[in-house]
Amino acid sequence: MAIEVRIPTILRSYTDGAKAVNAKGSTLEELIGDLESRHPGLKDRLVDESGLRRFVNVYLNDEDVRFLGGLGTPVADGDTVTVLPAVAGGAR
Amino acid sequence: MLTISRELVDKIVAHARADHPDEACGVVAGPAGSDRPERFVPMENAERSPTFYRFDSMEQFRVWREMDDRDEVPVVIYHSHTATEAYPSRTDISYASEPDAHYVLVSTASDEETPFRSYRIVDGAVTEEEVKIVESYG
Repeated sequence: MAIEVRIPTILRSYTDGAKAVNAKGSTLEELIGDLESRHPGLKDRLVDESGLRRFVNVYLNDEDVRFLGGLGTPVADGDTVTVLPAVAGGAR
Repeated sequence: MLTISRELVDKIVAHARADHPDEACGVVAGPAGSDRPERFVPMENAERSPTFYRFDSMEQFRVWREMDDRDEVPVVIYHSHTATEAYPSRTDISYASEPDAHYVLVSTASDEETPFRSYRIVDGAVTEEEVKIVESYG
């Protein structure tokens, strides 16, 4: 078993076009580290020095991880992690 | 070029007018690969701001999953500018994250008319495109 990570269109250049990839880890941070080892460059699109990037939404199953424990959120086999770029903008 | 039905244009404009002076935002979903906007999905502007918009993250998750289940994509992503022209701002360009979407901007700055324009935004480059409004897709 592994954790399924669903990848948005704009990041599929890092996953050879795959819509979903598998990864391992016991926290979201470890999971992202594992993803980086298989798909170099992906981590930098998800996190910066301060944690999860502000305009990237990451969901564990049906919850936004910001409402769980951020990068420290525990993850387990059978979970699904979904990455969606925030849709945002505005006049300024 | 964006080809879109009159009915959808009217719905987008009505949403923008209803939320003025805050920015309104939403998507029009369509079958993957069709480039045809069909299903109007107005979204909450989580920022409730006259100068910024952001989809509510949980609503976005539900809507994106629903599109996935229906084999749809966000053909159009729209928002309004309420005091400036219907042209992508620097913020719009830096956060644009759907390279296949038509980014529609409407402006409610004037009471008389509501400009409706469409753009492609890919890797920070903006290209305006023609908007063809049709009565039906035939």
